[in-house]
Amino acid sequence: MPKTSSKPLSFQGLIFALQQYWSDQGCVILQPFDLEVGAGTLHPATVLRSLGPKPWNVAYVQPSRRPADGRYGENPNRLQHYYQYQVIMKPNPKNMQDLYLGSLDAIGIDRALHDIRFVEDDWENPTVGAWGLGWEVWCDGMEVSQYTYFQQVGGLDVDLVSGELTYGLERLAMYVQGVENVYDLAFNDHGVLYGDVFHQNEVQQSTYNFEHADTDRLLRWFEDSEKECKMLLALNTPLPLPAYELALKASHLFNLLDARGVVSPTQRQEYIKRVRDLAKGCAESYVEIDAAVPEKAWRS
Amino acid sequence: MAEFLLEIFCEEIPARMQKRAGDDLRKMLTEGLGKAGLSLDDIHHWAGPRRLGFKVEIPLKSPDVSEERKGPRVGAPEQALGGFMKAAGLTDISQAEIRDDKKGQFYVAKIEKAGRASADIIAELIPDIMNSFPWPKSMKTGAESFRWVRPLQSLICLLDGKVVPVEAGGVTAGNQTEGHRQHGRGPFTVKSYADYKEKLEGNGHVLLDMVTRKAVIAEDARALCRKAGLELVEDEGLLNEVSGLAEWPVVILGDMDPSFLELPAEVIRLSMRDHQKYFAVRDPKTGKLAANFIVVANQMAPDGGEAIAAGNSRVLSARLADAQFFQQEDAKKNLIDYYDKLGTVVFHKKLGSIKDKAQRMSALARELAPKVGAKPEQAELAAKLAKCDLVTQTVIEFTSLQGQIGSLMYEREGGDAEIVQAIEEHYKPQGPSDTVPDKPVAITVALADKIDTLVGFWAIDEKPTGSKDPYALRRAALGLVRLILDNNLQLDLSQELLKGWAILEMENIGDQGSGRLSDGVISGDEQATLANLVSFIIDRLKVHLRDKGVRHDLIDAVFALGEDNLVNIVARVEALQSFLSTKNGENLLAGYKRAANILKAEAKKGELPKGAPNGGTSGEEANLLAALGKAEDKIDKALGDKAYAKAMAALADLREPIDAFFDGVMVNSDEEKERQNRLRLLSKIRDTSGRIADFEAIEG
Repeated sequence: MPKTSSKPLSFQGLIFALQQYWSDQGCVILQPFDLEVGAGTLHPATVLRSLGPKPWNVAYVQPSRRPADGRYGENPNRLQHYYQYQVIMKPNPKNMQDLYLGSLDAIGIDRALHDIRFVEDDWENPTVGAWGLGWEVWCDGMEVSQYTYFQQVGGLDVDLVSGELTYGLERLAMYVQGVENVYDLAFNDHGVLYGDVFHQNEVQQSTYNFEHADTDRLLRWFEDSEKECKMLLALNTPLPLPAYELALKASHLFNLLDARGVVSPTQRQEYIKRVRDLAKGCAESYVEIDAAVPEKAWRS
Repeated sequence: MAEFLLEIFCEEIPARMQKRAGDDLRKMLTEGLGKAGLSLDDIHHWAGPRRLGFKVEIPLKSPDVSEERKGPRVGAPEQALGGFMKAAGLTDISQAEIRDDKKGQFYVAKIEKAGRASADIIAELIPDIMNSFPWPKSMKTGAESFRWVRPLQSLICLLDGKVVPVEAGGVTAGNQTEGHRQHGRGPFTVKSYADYKEKLEGNGHVLLDMVTRKAVIAEDARALCRKAGLELVEDEGLLNEVSGLAEWPVVILGDMDPSFLELPAEVIRLSMRDHQKYFAVRDPKTGKLAANFIVVANQMAPDGGEAIAAGNSRVLSARLADAQFFQQEDAKKNLIDYYDKLGTVVFHKKLGSIKDKAQRMSALARELAPKVGAKPEQAELAAKLAKCDLVTQTVIEFTSLQGQIGSLMYEREGGDAEIVQAIEEHYKPQGPSDTVPDKPVAITVALADKIDTLVGFWAIDEKPTGSKDPYALRRAALGLVRLILDNNLQLDLSQELLKGWAILEMENIGDQGSGRLSDGVISGDEQATLANLVSFIIDRLKVHLRDKGVRHDLIDAVFALGEDNLVNIVARVEALQSFLSTKNGENLLAGYKRAANILKAEAKKGELPKGAPNGGTSGEEANLLAALGKAEDKIDKALGDKAYAKAMAALADLREPIDAFFDGVMVNSDEEKERQNRLRLLSKIRDTSGRIADFEAIEG
């Protein structure tokens, strides 16, 4: 167990601490996006808001779903549903590294005792045509965060560079609490464990993802989402926000198909490209419309 | 002289880029300052995780320069004079000097350029360098358009102790910097390089030089191991990397659960090295890995690094536990049971899956086996098993262990030892310095793998072009060459490639296979493709032999005869090269060239006489004819026996009669019959020599 100044934070305590910390730094604290996404980055508050010339500081928890990572609740480290904590600062402030290190202090990691490193790791997400340069942040050799300066999103060069921080909350909590099995994490300070909350969900969702998801239907839904998305982008006045949600749905449906093992490597590339094309369309349309929307438009 | 000090301070620079960046900075600055006319002395540079630096002694001002510019002649048109005055900065032509030369008088302008202040030179140079710095990958930050490897934080730019306020990427240079984030952040205000170094390496806790950091890490790691009765597993590549990950390296010895030592040593080493950047540690008595590791932290912790060691150990345990899980899962099936799953991994879109490849390899291995001295069934099975580990979880996780894991699995199953070895070694040789398999089964599978790869990519027209060789086909061809030569294999290259081609055709793969490849007949196009592949391989042979001092023109000379048995080519070339370095060889080559030149010249005038020569009208002709006849028989026999030195000796016997012929006989006799016979003799010289090599291709 790492030495910390006081009693280690519970899982929810960790979230509260991060929420408070980033709120104090001027971030808007959003609640999770209400669609299945594979990573916190995909939240429109990151993908879309990192585009265009308007500053934006936000932090939120985002459940992330990766059907293929399901292990029926039997693996102590792998989950098909887990939480990421996501921070976006646009433009990235000059002292962003210090702000990040401050957040480690806030969750009780004693930096005098622990070895924090920034190790090269360039990030890209081909499904939304995004990439950036940055690091994996290591604490005593364990990756505790991903730190990226966005350079392109939705296939577009960014106007202002966003600094993005992603914390894997379960892993971080396991580190802070000194726990070897994710299901043994203290969820709160009153005896509720992570397993009490989520174990059954892992069992059932894994069973669905791997055994029962109807691939014909998934494929149809994928195609329907794709069509609907394209339809919205083709309107005289396109609707990029709902269109982007449909792109996310298509992305998740693809992940489910992938978990069912019915996607060949060649097809995989094709599906990823189809989703990327949707995301790019949404990004382009978003930038165009956002530029035309006046400040505080609702007042006029 | 005055001291110029520069420090570029930014967020963490990728370890792999630091050394090159330091060298580039030094090069760009020395070139830039030199070009501005400044003399440089006592140059020093440094690079580390968060900073690049440079210092040099330079004059405060560049020297005054006076130069002369030659202008037009006196009395030249207005326009020419105007242009000259403008270029030379004159306001009136009378400011120019008039000089004489042979043709008359002309103008000369004397231009005096005053030296510039070094501070001005620096102020211009640094933004230029930083704006065009050759980072392998760079980025923008915030609202800046300036690109750097990671966000730029600050600059120190001092000349003679005074700040030169250069600006780059929105940062204005000053005289302050930061030290180690945890142990001496500062800020530190510096006056000079000596002051800078003393402050940073003192209270700042930053070791500036990579060489120093490396030495500290290596020495401390060895000492720490020794104290614990252990031995560090040295790793220069890793040492370079970790020396770029810590400004103040602190070496810590960690431990792990000894039960992990049951894992293959390579799995442990890779988990440590690639994922965690730890050094492995061994027991000096047994030479085997110990249940410890060395981690290089960037921190002196008040608990002596206990928490850091424990944390790192936990991470390593989780990784090794994963590896253990993969191994257990993989071991639930026999290696061959993974064969079908190879069908899910694409080798190349047009060449099918890895399973298709393995299938072709095993068919080819069966054919090749007898020539290499392996049993066909054994080679076939080995080739089938060779790729199976690619779909095991262990290899998916630890890609570089391909071959090793399959080999280990097959060994544990109690498989045939020769096959076990073939599975491990069939990727070899991977480069010019890699070892070459030397056991029949391993050789066979290694050959089959490379032949299939080469034939396949040639069939789909994916040959390497220029510097682009995405499928590492040059390496495959060199591997093929080395396998054949090192093992002295008697193989006719074209034939073996043809077999590979036929097997590819039979498989009838993908869109490529339907039709073109499946007709069972080798068409003209296909023959040309194969011939192109053979000459590609011969090119690799030349490169390979060049390092051993073998002349490439001699390889061409032998290859031109249609010889494509690489072992024979090399033996012939070697015999030829040593023959040509003798007096006999030199003269014979000269005689050959003389004969060939006459024939070439005569051929231009009209068709050369056909038929066999006779003894002619002179003793020299009769002697030469007899000698040629004898030599021919000897050469044929020697070539048949692959006794190439003997063949050369037989050729050497011709030197005297040829020399005598040229000395005593006039080829272009007025007597047409004589002329014809003598030309026929020359043709025979050419043809006889031509059995040994195409002397035409030989230089000199």
